[in-house]
Amino acid sequence: MTGERADRSIEVDGLTRRFGTFTAVDAITFDVDQGEVFGFLGANGAGKTTAIRMLIGLLTPTAGSARVAGYDVATQAEMVKRNIGYMSQRFSLYEDLTVRENITLYGGIYGLSDAAIHRRTTELVDRLDLHEDIDARVKSIPLGWKQKLAFSVAVLHDPKVVFLDEPTGGVDPITRRQFWELIYTTAAAGTTVFVTTHYMDEAEYCDRVSIMVDGRIVALGTPAELKAQYEARTIDDVFVRLARAGNVAGSAA
Amino acid sequence: MSATRKRPRRPPSTLGAFVTKELHHILRDRQTLAILLLMPLVQVLLFGYALRTDIRDLRVAVVDPTPDVVSLRLRSRLAATTRFHLVNVSSTTNVIEGLFQRREADIAVVLPTSFAERLGRGDTAQVLLVSDASDPNTATTIQVYVRSVLSDFERELGGGREGAGTVRIGIASRMRFNPTLESANLFVPGLIALVLTLVSALMTAISLSREKELGTLEVLLVSPLRPWQIIVGKVVPYLALGFAITCLVLTAARVVFAVPMLGSVTLLLAESVLFTIVSLSLGVLVAARTSSQRAAMLGALVGTMMPTALLSGMIFPITSMPGWLQPVTRIVPARWFIVIARGIMLKGIGIEYLWRETAILAGMALLLLVMATRSFHAHLD
Repeated sequence: MTGERADRSIEVDGLTRRFGTFTAVDAITFDVDQGEVFGFLGANGAGKTTAIRMLIGLLTPTAGSARVAGYDVATQAEMVKRNIGYMSQRFSLYEDLTVRENITLYGGIYGLSDAAIHRRTTELVDRLDLHEDIDARVKSIPLGWKQKLAFSVAVLHDPKVVFLDEPTGGVDPITRRQFWELIYTTAAAGTTVFVTTHYMDEAEYCDRVSIMVDGRIVALGTPAELKAQYEARTIDDVFVRLARAGNVAGSAA
Repeated sequence: MSATRKRPRRPPSTLGAFVTKELHHILRDRQTLAILLLMPLVQVLLFGYALRTDIRDLRVAVVDPTPDVVSLRLRSRLAATTRFHLVNVSSTTNVIEGLFQRREADIAVVLPTSFAERLGRGDTAQVLLVSDASDPNTATTIQVYVRSVLSDFERELGGGREGAGTVRIGIASRMRFNPTLESANLFVPGLIALVLTLVSALMTAISLSREKELGTLEVLLVSPLRPWQIIVGKVVPYLALGFAITCLVLTAARVVFAVPMLGSVTLLLAESVLFTIVSLSLGVLVAARTSSQRAAMLGALVGTMMPTALLSGMIFPITSMPGWLQPVTRIVPARWFIVIARGIMLKGIGIEYLWRETAILAGMALLLLVMATRSFHAHLD
């Protein structure tokens, strides 16, 4: 590894993406430490998805640079892909395959050996208590379990960083709680968690959050710092104030 | 735990895991699989029995103003032909219009007056054939049949008296009998092309665009799988399915219609695989350019199925197409495959006569594969 600090999982410097004349992501800069749970917030259309797509190697940056797990996203996309996990906004398991087949598929794609896949499957089933459903098709298990399963599959290969794009959409509060417990366990084991969410109570669970408005990061810090800075009771209040300011500025421009 | 402890090798299981998953998809979807396997069989039967270019049970009306020995002989001759029925005999042409309007006759044979007398004098006896041309193709075929009966009759009379009695109506063509099998023979190669297009282009387009729609494709693209590996993983199971279906159609054609296989089965199967690759690439291309399953399905139908059915020479001969359309058929892969399949099955010729068509298909496969992989890359941004 080069001169960067080894405990930096994500280093973003002036990252920009333009589509024609529209700047979706405007020179964002931030770092995420290893094992950190980083909340990436922003209203719809603020540029979150575009930013994530650049970080996971699906989109090339127009300007600036980003390193994920120590690799440059523009020039070393293949190495980035090998070292990250990704759970998309849309459900990412195959519903017509069984739980076991899904695990085997992703294990195989990420190059795990048969023995490793077998071991991980057992661990995963124990942790999620899926013993009875291991050979059931995914479409037949409840949504909450599907989400937890999707997360566990995304970190099956022990990635250095896992990107979660609105992972808890449509899930009841209790399952969301359990989901966050999984996230903490994973982060405690050293995997960096980069998560976007619409639920502001979830933002409070993060070690640090950034708030994006109109392609820029307008606030960045721990939930406590942000609340103090904006004299707000909750992150929700902070978010609404920033997003509204952005909208006013946007419509005035 | 560090994942960079050694340079990771890409184990063969990466692609294997993906192909296994694809096979699961195909085998799980029982309904689609059943349709894919049964449809070719139904089509063989339909094409073989229903889509005949030969015509039987023709209803013939005869107009005989002055019945005599010769005209009676001709009438019984027409009646004795297995594919004709004599539905009406009258002495005036006035009835013809009514018969056609009521759809009671397909053709009217109008004999001259004093048939025997004219022939006896050595004059030309004009026989008029009137067809119901509301279906021009059928009408032409029927005329040809009747002409061939008249021509036999002419020869029979002429045999009696050298150089004399002629029934001159300018007979041009001669039909070989029992053409039922012939049409099945011609259709089976086209049918293979059609079914392979369906399985490979349509099914690949649908399955790939489904992953796009569900969002699973995005997850695959973020994984270490390369775009070409995703394409290969998608394509290989359908290649196997297409191969199985080709064998099925060939067996059915042989068992039910005794369609000949004069050339090498191995060569035909190899050419089928080549054609399947072309179709699969088209399917991938369609899926890459469309954003929903529905659009992909329509795209595949219009872009691959229709040209295969209409412009390949499978049903409509290319030579009878308008001049400007004929060059267009050259870009239809099925056109070349049908030439190859007919050549191998019906003429028993080998690669030495088919290398040109094979080279064209191989070129198309290469070009389309490159384009498909490219369009996949382009789609990432």
